[in-house]
Amino acid sequence: MNRTPQTNESCPSFSHLDPIRRRFPCLQQEIHGNPLVYLDSAATTQKPTQVLQAVESFYQEDCSNVHRGVHTLSERATIRYEAVRAKVAQFIHAPDPHGVIFTSGTTEAINLVARTIGRDRVSSGDQVLISTMEHHANIVPWQMLCEEQGAKLVIIPCTDDGDLILDDLQSLITDRTKVVSIGHVSNAVGTMHDIQNVIAVAREKGAITMIDSAQAISHLPIDVEQLGCDFLAFSAHKMYGPTGTGVLWGRKELLDQMSPWQGGGDMIRTVTFENSTFADVPWKFEAGTPHIAGVIGLGAAVDFIQEVGFETIQPHEQQLLEKTVTRLDQLDGLTIIGRPENRISVVSFVLDRIHPHDAGTIMDQQGVAIRAGHHCAMPLMSRFGVAATIRASFAIYNTLDDIDALVAAIESVQEVFN
Amino acid sequence: MNDIRELYQEMILDHSRSPRNFGPKEKHNLSAKGHNPLCGDDVEMHILRTTDGVLEDICFEGSGCAISTASASILTGVLKGRSEEAVREIFASFRQMVAGQGDVPAGEGLGKLAVFSGVRQYPARVKCATLAWHTLIQALSGVEEEVSTE
Repeated sequence: MNRTPQTNESCPSFSHLDPIRRRFPCLQQEIHGNPLVYLDSAATTQKPTQVLQAVESFYQEDCSNVHRGVHTLSERATIRYEAVRAKVAQFIHAPDPHGVIFTSGTTEAINLVARTIGRDRVSSGDQVLISTMEHHANIVPWQMLCEEQGAKLVIIPCTDDGDLILDDLQSLITDRTKVVSIGHVSNAVGTMHDIQNVIAVAREKGAITMIDSAQAISHLPIDVEQLGCDFLAFSAHKMYGPTGTGVLWGRKELLDQMSPWQGGGDMIRTVTFENSTFADVPWKFEAGTPHIAGVIGLGAAVDFIQEVGFETIQPHEQQLLEKTVTRLDQLDGLTIIGRPENRISVVSFVLDRIHPHDAGTIMDQQGVAIRAGHHCAMPLMSRFGVAATIRASFAIYNTLDDIDALVAAIESVQEVFN
Repeated sequence: MNDIRELYQEMILDHSRSPRNFGPKEKHNLSAKGHNPLCGDDVEMHILRTTDGVLEDICFEGSGCAISTASASILTGVLKGRSEEAVREIFASFRQMVAGQGDVPAGEGLGKLAVFSGVRQYPARVKCATLAWHTLIQALSGVEEEVSTE
C-alpha cells in the first residue's frame, strides 16, 4: 500500500503550481506513514503561510480592540480591520464597502438576514423559497422563520443528476414569495446553480434574494452587481482564511432600513437606560468585539486568491474534476452521486455494500482525507436515497497525483471488505 | 493494512454482511431507537425481558456502518439469556475496552465482544461501536425518548 512519493513528472503542466502547494504548511505532513492527501476542502480549506502570518502579526504587533481608544495599537488594528472591508467589497465587486458586514460565518450571515429583514417581510401565509440541494445552514434559519411567522417553506426540486429543476420557477415564485434563498454551489455534489436566472425571476416578483456562496467563493469569481442579488454570504475558512469569520454582503439601501440584529457594544451611537440609538451600517450589525484577527486573515486570503487568480484556479480545478470523474467511473462497485451539468471540483460517491464511514476510516489509514457523511444536506441525501456519501473535494493545492492516491485508497477499502 | 485489519476483523465483517437476530420480532416487551447524527446510523433494539429480569430474546433493526451493525448483531447473541444486571456489567467492561483511559486489558472476560478491542485506536468510531449498547440500555430503562450519540 505504499505509494511512490508525489512528483509532477506525470503532469508537467502542474509544475507551476508546486510553489503554491508549498505555501500550505499543514499539507506537508504524513498521516499514518503516508503523505497527506487532503480532499476535504469543501469542509474547510488549508491555510497558506501568508494567512497564518497575517493572523499572527495582528496578535504579535497590533493586538488591540477596534473602533476604540486613540492609542496607536487601536488605530492600527482599526485600519487593518477596515481595510479588509474594502478589499472584500472589491473582491465581490460590491459598489460600497459599507455593504460588507463581518459575521462569524455563512451560518450567522443567513441567520442575520432571516432574523431581521426576513422577520419584517415574511408574515402569515407568505412563502420562502429554497431548494432541495441546500446546506442545513440555508434551510434551518428559514424553517424557524416560517414556523414563527406561519409562513410556508417552498422547495425547488432537483433532478437525479443533481441539477435544480427551474422550469417551473415562474409558478414557484408567487406574489406571496417574500424571500428566495439559494445556494450558489452545492456542497454535497458540486452543482453550480443557475442562480442568475433564479435571482432575475425573484426580483421580478419583488422577493428578497439571498445567495449562499460558501462553496463558490474560492472557486469562481463573484460579482454581486452582475448577479443582482440582495444578499450574499460566505465563510473565510472555505477560501483559505481562518475559521470563525465570514461575510454578509447586503444591498446598502436594504441594510439601512433593517433593524439591528444583536445588541451590544460597537453597534450603538448612544445608550441611556431609556433607549439607545444605533451606529450606521455596517457597524449596526457588528455587536461586540469582532474576530479581528480572523478578519485580517480573511484579507490575506483574498490577497492569496487574487495573486493566484481565478484564471489559474478554474482550469486547474476543472482538470482535477475531470480526472476524478473519469477514474472513479472505471471502478467497479462505485456509483457517483449526481452528475450536474456544471460543477465545481466536488464529487460524491457511494461504494456497494460499504458504509461511507468505514471507507473514511480505511482511507485515512492511507493518508487520504475525505468527508464521509450527509454533508449537512440531509434532505438531499434523502432525495438521492442514500444515508451518506463519500465526498472528495479539491482546491488549488491538489494535484493529479492526489487522484491516484484517492483511487488506490478506494481500492484498499474494497480489498478489506471483499 | 495490518492495522486496519485489527479493526475490521473477519468476525466484524461477517456480522456486518449477515447480521444475526436482525428484523422485527413480534414477541418483545421493550424497545428503543438510537441514532448517531454524525454518520446517520439508526438502530432499533427489541427485547423480551422476563419478569425476573432475564433477557430472553433480543433483536435489532436499522442501518449503519460495519462497526455499528456488527456491534448490534454480536451483542444480541452474547446477551441472550443474561440477566439485566449482568448486561449492565458487561456494557461497563465493553465501554472500558473501547473507550477507557490508561492500560485496559483487551476485552478480558468479554468473550466474542473482545473482537471490538481495535476500536480503541479509532476514537471517531467509538460511537459506532456503542450505539446499539446505549440503545439497549435505554430500552431496559423503559425510556421512550430516542437515544442520540451526540
